[in-house]
Amino acid sequence: MNRYYHSVKVDPTKCNGRMKCMRVCPTQAIRVRDGVASILEDKCIDCGECLTECPEGAIVALTDPVGELSKFKYTVAIPSPALYAQFGRQILPDEILAGLKDLGFSDTVDLAFLCGEVSFAIQEHLREYEGPKPIVSNACPTVVRLIQVKYPSLVDHISPIDIPRELAAREIKKAKAKEHGLDEREIGAFYITPCPVKMISIKQPAEKEKSYLDGAISITDIYGPLLSAMDGGKRKERSYRKALEDICILGIGWAIVGGICRTLRLKNSLAVSGLTEILEVFDDIERGKMRHIDFAEAYSCWQGCVGGSLTVENRYVSYNKILKLIETLEFEEIKACPDIREVRKRYAQKYFFRTGILEPRPLKPLDTDLARAIQKRKEKQEIFETLPQIDCGACGSPTCLTFAEDVVTGTAELSDCLVMVAQKSAGVSRKPASPPKIVELNPPDAKAKNKKVD
Amino acid sequence: MAEENGLSQVFEITGKDFGRAGTISTKIKEILQEIGIDSAVIRRAAIAAYEAEMNIVMYAQRGTLTLTLTPTAIRLDVDDEGPGIEDIELAMQEGFSTATDEMREMGFGAGMGLPNIRKNSDEFAISSTPGKGTSIDVVLNLNQVAE
Repeated sequence: MNRYYHSVKVDPTKCNGRMKCMRVCPTQAIRVRDGVASILEDKCIDCGECLTECPEGAIVALTDPVGELSKFKYTVAIPSPALYAQFGRQILPDEILAGLKDLGFSDTVDLAFLCGEVSFAIQEHLREYEGPKPIVSNACPTVVRLIQVKYPSLVDHISPIDIPRELAAREIKKAKAKEHGLDEREIGAFYITPCPVKMISIKQPAEKEKSYLDGAISITDIYGPLLSAMDGGKRKERSYRKALEDICILGIGWAIVGGICRTLRLKNSLAVSGLTEILEVFDDIERGKMRHIDFAEAYSCWQGCVGGSLTVENRYVSYNKILKLIETLEFEEIKACPDIREVRKRYAQKYFFRTGILEPRPLKPLDTDLARAIQKRKEKQEIFETLPQIDCGACGSPTCLTFAEDVVTGTAELSDCLVMVAQKSAGVSRKPASPPKIVELNPPDAKAKNKKVD
Repeated sequence: MAEENGLSQVFEITGKDFGRAGTISTKIKEILQEIGIDSAVIRRAAIAAYEAEMNIVMYAQRGTLTLTLTPTAIRLDVDDEGPGIEDIELAMQEGFSTATDEMREMGFGAGMGLPNIRKNSDEFAISSTPGKGTSIDVVLNLNQVAE
């Protein structure tokens, strides 16, 4: 299978070629040719940076419309805990889950409890683990894809414990099929997602044939209807205290960066968010500099899932909301969480492990023949040396180095470099003027004196 | 090893430039990835390059790392202008280090640098003139890789 499914697409009718997406793409996967952006499938890791950046809204996320529900006899909503952070502090998960039912879902799953179970399962796994460290969390599909593409040698570090949303879908289908005498295929499990990348992890899981989930609905799409269904939070069926008692203190934090590490009680763990920061951490892991760290949690979105491109609330506000909720639970000494003995029993039965093997997905080399690939890399370097090296992007490639590669692979021509064309017509040699001189900041007086002496 | 068929690139490294430390080994890793070298070999090469780079940053005034790549091998030639090594045999022992406390505080200088380079290479040669500098030549063979 050569073609990868991606969660973002460019709408060519809306794109006006501003190149903002091209510059922001962390894997240099976007080119602008003839004034329209296109995404290179091999290089894209579905982080959604381009989607957030595009002022025209020309990059669209492929999530499911709410209407997809009608295809199933029985539907279950499985919201990311990030959904809980989208509303005011008085609106607690039980109300949000009730609101989802009012929107037409037959049932809902409180993913926070599953997250809590998975936290325990990771603890169990760490106890017996002897492989390469740190173990890297697989909660963020962009991070998993980043490792497959850019850090193939770190694939062994990815946690083998399945993600809560997959386990939730697997289990709820089993339970509801039994309860209502349905076939599992008649039950639709929908993830309410804070980001587009979860969509591909459903359509094209990184490690297995098929996801247990049937689709993903974006928080942005469901926010409005859900708010009306909840009547703006005015419909209080239970006391605030009672509703608090239903919240899993371990799982609720999975919506924010650091939320998993907090539950593992390790001496050495780290949590990182934002792709640029992640690259630094992964470089260090690859160099073997982080062997003393047991567990690393990484999210491509700043602040974790609450920072997803399909959320409504400001990421810092929602981050804080989750944090305050945890503080409240601690203060009130409400420590609802899964039964650890039960988790241990199921862990021993391999209940939590993901199926299938996670393979590296290294980028296509310049050529399949090693000698020719080396030759092409040499050519790339030679072309690069002649370029202005200012990464202006006017050619439609994000950097001069990627442009040189595009020329070697035949997807661009040297004449696409507008700077060189301009210089040629002005009669300047191929190398542009020497880099701007650093102006010495001597006190003006001293300089003036020097001049006089000269 | 026909050098003409190969690619050769020189990287300059500045001593004490901790801010940019590690960028050369990352560049080398990216070049090897573009060419399609097996990821396990890339990782070994990247670790060897990183340790060599860090040695220059920590101890030398300046140095160069030359990457040479042919269809059969990856070669890293590292030359620096620096204090050199008095006793190479001692320096090659795991855990031996002359790092300052500050370097250790930053997580460097565990005395694993040179042993790590040797561990990750197929051929390893080191020579040094105290007071002048050190050179390390490393080769990683590619023949056993199927791709």
